[in-house]
Amino acid sequence: MVEEEGFRRYVAHIILWIGIAIVAFPVYIAIIASTQENALIANGQMSLLPGGHFLQTYYQTIFVGTSGSTREPVGNMMLNSLVMALMIAVGKIAISIISAYAIVYFRFPFRMPIFWLIFITLMLPVEVRIYPTYKIVADLHMLDSYAGLALPLIASATATLLFRQFFMTVPDELLEASRIDGAGPLRFFWDTLLPLSRTNMAALFVILFILGWNQYLWPLLITTRDDMQTIQIGIRKMITTTDALTEWPIVMATAVLAMLPPVFVVIVMQKLFVRGLVETEK
Amino acid sequence: MQKQAIFQSKLLPYALVAPQLAIVLIFFYWPALQAVIQSFLLQDAFGLSTTFVWFENYVELFSDPAYFEAILRTFFFSFAIAVSSLSFALLLAVMADKPLRGVMLYRTLLIWPYAVAPPVVGVLWIFMLHPSLGVLSRYLRGLGIDWNPLLDGDQAAALIILAAAWKQISYNFLFFLAGLQSIPRSVLEAAAIDGARPMRRFWTVTFPLLSPTIFFLLVVNIVYAFFDTFGIIDTMTRGGPGKSTETLVYKVYSDGLLGGNLGSSAAQSVVLMVMVIVLTGIQFRFVERKVTY
Repeated sequence: MVEEEGFRRYVAHIILWIGIAIVAFPVYIAIIASTQENALIANGQMSLLPGGHFLQTYYQTIFVGTSGSTREPVGNMMLNSLVMALMIAVGKIAISIISAYAIVYFRFPFRMPIFWLIFITLMLPVEVRIYPTYKIVADLHMLDSYAGLALPLIASATATLLFRQFFMTVPDELLEASRIDGAGPLRFFWDTLLPLSRTNMAALFVILFILGWNQYLWPLLITTRDDMQTIQIGIRKMITTTDALTEWPIVMATAVLAMLPPVFVVIVMQKLFVRGLVETEK
Repeated sequence: MQKQAIFQSKLLPYALVAPQLAIVLIFFYWPALQAVIQSFLLQDAFGLSTTFVWFENYVELFSDPAYFEAILRTFFFSFAIAVSSLSFALLLAVMADKPLRGVMLYRTLLIWPYAVAPPVVGVLWIFMLHPSLGVLSRYLRGLGIDWNPLLDGDQAAALIILAAAWKQISYNFLFFLAGLQSIPRSVLEAAAIDGARPMRRFWTVTFPLLSPTIFFLLVVNIVYAFFDTFGIIDTMTRGGPGKSTETLVYKVYSDGLLGGNLGSSAAQSVVLMVMVIVLTGIQFRFVERKVTY
């Protein structure tokens, strides 16, 4: 046995707690700042203990926004982020699972070229085609719309590969059996394959939801109207104004609110999250 | 590998791939093609006429010292982010791999930053290390450091690297832990019986067995540093002061914002495309991506 003697174990615990402290410290500071007065923070006098403005700050952040002229309630930004994240996650899963189904369970001309067309999009992240994509979305009149936010990001080589891989492991007997029961391709997909894919879909959903919620560059380009901002964009606009005017408690409350849904998903659905992360990297 | 049991249908498979194919063609290939075509064209100042100029945009791009610096900077950032984040994550993973009480709790407390969006990471770190109001800046100044990342380019770069590495710790930790757990205990026990002390066991047994994971993570971290640092940079420094935190992706974005040279912007996109293709190629060719969890 490789036994750890007491002293080494002690050191391991200490190192892990230091790691956790380093990881948590910036977020702790954000939470603390969101409960304090702006004047105190702006003077560099911020305390490291919670202040008394928690309810007031979060109320203003969620329902009113900053005091600036282009104020926008963060609650509305969160709604935009949620819609976008759900559209991206559900959209990617939906169109990927049906294309994987076609590629695995049918033989048709151009099957492999189509598969490769989807696969190669791995090498075309939005960052390498920023402005031409923007132009197409503009030409299609999709700026400042949910469709414009989500549609261009909805193709997924990773998800398609994952479902393809999974379908390959599904025993052929299942298809034979449902065929004997008189089921056609759509019936088989709906009644047999989809229920079998549940765990894969859930794991993928967790990862894609986080990915969608955290989108930044794309929404930054195509949203101009304040009421279409996602929370990630909103937070950047809050610190645009000259430093002296930045309302730090509100900025930090927004940061906390922006972290809340995805962090919650990671912690509560940890098993699915880990599975999804490892699966999508294969 | 192909399925033996399949369905017969002429139209159904096309209907099933149609949605994804449409998205891919309209929003991926068409813009990518536009970028490639655009990179060979030169538009006059009023956008009235375009001429085909072969590789002139590329020649101009690569003879621009600013672009060359952006390339070097991007590679330096990637390297610094990858090395610092990987080594810290490896240390934590090795500790969490020991049979300790409360290991599951440790894991939970270490993986959640994965979910924090890059722009939020930027906001958190600039707030802590803001020259006038940051809570950590006081201590830095107390140490006699003239801390002002909004004016000092090197400090700004250090801040970006620190913040970007911080976010990536959880991802690296998770994959390192998975890699460590897949190392057979018997191998380590054999080394222990042979009298190898823990440190020696780590460097001669664990580390070499972990090398596929390390290489895989190295590639992932470089890709991350290339692309996902955009949000961090944009909320913290906007590429400044001067150009000291402008990476290749940030440069495409900010050059494009200024309007200006479409051909150059397109050429920059194409260069990035080539880099992604190379990185993805490496990932698929050399990395045996078998991480068991």
